[in-house]
Amino acid sequence: MSFSPIDRAAAKTPNGVARRIRGLSDRTIAWIFVAPTIFLLLAVNIFPLIWTIRLSFTNFRVNRPNNDVEWVGLQNYQRILTDPDIWQTMQATAHFLIWTIILQVLIGFTLAFLINKKFKGNDMWTTIIVFPMMLSPAVVGNFWTFLYQPQIGLFNYVVAFFTGVDPASFSMIGDVNLAPWAIIIADTWMWTPFVMLICLAGLRSIPDSIYEAAECDRASKWRQFWTITIPMALPFLMLAILFRGIENFKMFDLVVQLTGGGPGNTTTLTSIDLKREAFEKWRTGYSSAYAVILFVTVFGLASIYVKALNKVKER
Amino acid sequence: MKTRFMMSTAAGAVLAGGLSTAAVAEDLTLCWAAWDPANALIELSKDFEAQSGHTMNFEFVPWTSFADRMLNELNSGGQLCDLMIGDSQWIGGGAENGHYVKLNDFFDANGIDMADFIPATVTGYAEWPKNTPNYYALPAFGDVVGWTYRKDWFERPELQAEFMQTYGRALDVPATLEELKDIAEFFQGRDIDGTTVYGAAIYTERGSEGITMGVTNVLYNYGFLYENPDQPYDLEGFVNSEGAIAGLEFYKELYDIGTPPGSSNWYMGENIDAYRSGQVAMQMNFAFIWPGVEADENVGGGRSGYFPNPAGPAGQFAQLGGQGISVVAYSEKQDAALEYIQWFAQPSVQAKWWELGGYSALRAVVEDPGFATSQPYAQTFLDSMAIVKDFWAEPAYADLLIPMQERIHNYVVAGEGTAKEALDGLVRDWTEVFEDEGKL
Repeated sequence: MSFSPIDRAAAKTPNGVARRIRGLSDRTIAWIFVAPTIFLLLAVNIFPLIWTIRLSFTNFRVNRPNNDVEWVGLQNYQRILTDPDIWQTMQATAHFLIWTIILQVLIGFTLAFLINKKFKGNDMWTTIIVFPMMLSPAVVGNFWTFLYQPQIGLFNYVVAFFTGVDPASFSMIGDVNLAPWAIIIADTWMWTPFVMLICLAGLRSIPDSIYEAAECDRASKWRQFWTITIPMALPFLMLAILFRGIENFKMFDLVVQLTGGGPGNTTTLTSIDLKREAFEKWRTGYSSAYAVILFVTVFGLASIYVKALNKVKER
Repeated sequence: MKTRFMMSTAAGAVLAGGLSTAAVAEDLTLCWAAWDPANALIELSKDFEAQSGHTMNFEFVPWTSFADRMLNELNSGGQLCDLMIGDSQWIGGGAENGHYVKLNDFFDANGIDMADFIPATVTGYAEWPKNTPNYYALPAFGDVVGWTYRKDWFERPELQAEFMQTYGRALDVPATLEELKDIAEFFQGRDIDGTTVYGAAIYTERGSEGITMGVTNVLYNYGFLYENPDQPYDLEGFVNSEGAIAGLEFYKELYDIGTPPGSSNWYMGENIDAYRSGQVAMQMNFAFIWPGVEADENVGGGRSGYFPNPAGPAGQFAQLGGQGISVVAYSEKQDAALEYIQWFAQPSVQAKWWELGGYSALRAVVEDPGFATSQPYAQTFLDSMAIVKDFWAEPAYADLLIPMQERIHNYVVAGEGTAKEALDGLVRDWTEVFEDEGKL
């Protein structure tokens, strides 16, 4: 007669404990297992969220612990939504978000399409392409700061080589017109491989039989691409856009390392602005309202997007 | 008020007990910025460890995040630091928010006299309110913004001749800011030994305090005042006076015509790098870098010279740097921390501090007949310390610093608006801060 591990564990359980457990319903046991996780979720996520919402209606400043905390109603929200500087950071964020997504999706999908073909050295190229996303954003920021140096930076020399301009005549991170593109280029370099990997998974999930059937129907490669590849890879593409959209909406480290939000406010994204309000100006109530607005914006947009994504998947 | 009373009482109790009787060996942590003088302090503190039996630990944070990190620590009542060498502008907040122990009774009991220290450092680093005998720190490190220049380039006959022909005067240490701008313009984009070099590295950094510490060297000399001397917190017409506007325009012009391309976010470290690598003829920087410049194999050994911030139409002033050393009120090892301050204040220790590269603020050290010739930069340090002015040291200093950083950087570097608009905006921002503080 053989015993399973469960039987052996049950046999070793002391009688007292066994009696107590036998007295519990399955539902109670389930709660015992789930309770620590729920407790952690409440403590780490839900409580801070509720606390932040509460603070957003006050004038609380964490660096003035002795000051009276006053209930200011919607005043913080009103000030934020009517502040032209905040709208400027929103615009900078939108510019960064839209262009990084466009470039990363275009380049990432193209790379995935090429890598998906069978050729010699395929694995090696995949590893090389994926390398940037393995680096820390702080390292990438530092590294690109050197690349963009007008006197010694490789980037300026490459541009000079192709255009004939003096490499020291322009500064990618010091010029108000070029700095927004400097952060887009660095982020695209770092995160395009991520989009490529998701697209590659999408392309590899398309059964060969569909292409074979299309070949039988004498469909051209161009037609196969638009009627098979793109529609079937679309949910994956949309997923990549969702991930990159959420990540870049809260982009902080890479940009701080590269430009510090400057020159002027040209690369001050909302996350950088929020950090300044909360931990440099110490306007805790105001920055809580700011955080709530950003949370609602991201959550709302992401929810709409996920619904659209589900519809595409259902097709 | 109650907290302050309790702290004073605690300090009194400590000194009443007698520091020399402290028998328990403690692990003390001293918090400061991560820079060259901090390494010198580690070396210096070994003597304290040997004498006292206490162990010194150090928490050094890079300048760009020093204020964030340490003010967080103080605001949260943290016990990481027993001793804090905090920036001069923190003294108001340190005193009013109860972060620092008041040291008057301790000084009196141990014969430490503030008259023995350079007056500007006592006012700048130790007193709150300013110009009152209420001490929350011992002047620890005297520092001031000054200029370093490539003496070897200035002495080249062909450059001297060309400069004389262009500007009608000798290529020499500038006496005025206008002369400094001419020199920066002269060197800008010039080929020296096959390398393109630039005029001057100036402070433009936006994230912490950089551009404020730079632009004030010009603003003060053009007539900028923080407030009406006869009416505190009256800003209109003083912060944005015609002289101040002209000064800000000057700083932008200097940035536009005489600084290396890409120097849009430079502070101490970037300026040092640019100077040491031979990119610039001059650099604006705090005096703490001078020992390192002298020791540098590329630019040291007589190839560099030093001069105080040049005069402007309204006078000659320089931005005060430096820090005082305070005992953190939340520390449970205040006895040992005070023992460290008592040891640090001794003339022999201060003399060794200067030898190791620390800028002592003790008059016995800097007024020694041999001091001015002890290092090539010693006289410039003395001259500069005689003309210092400092930024607000109010408890709300961070709230005052941030809008100045933004307004000045956005005008100088990003070219947004006019100098008048920037300073008018600054008056509005600062007025709002003082209203929030209940001071207006």
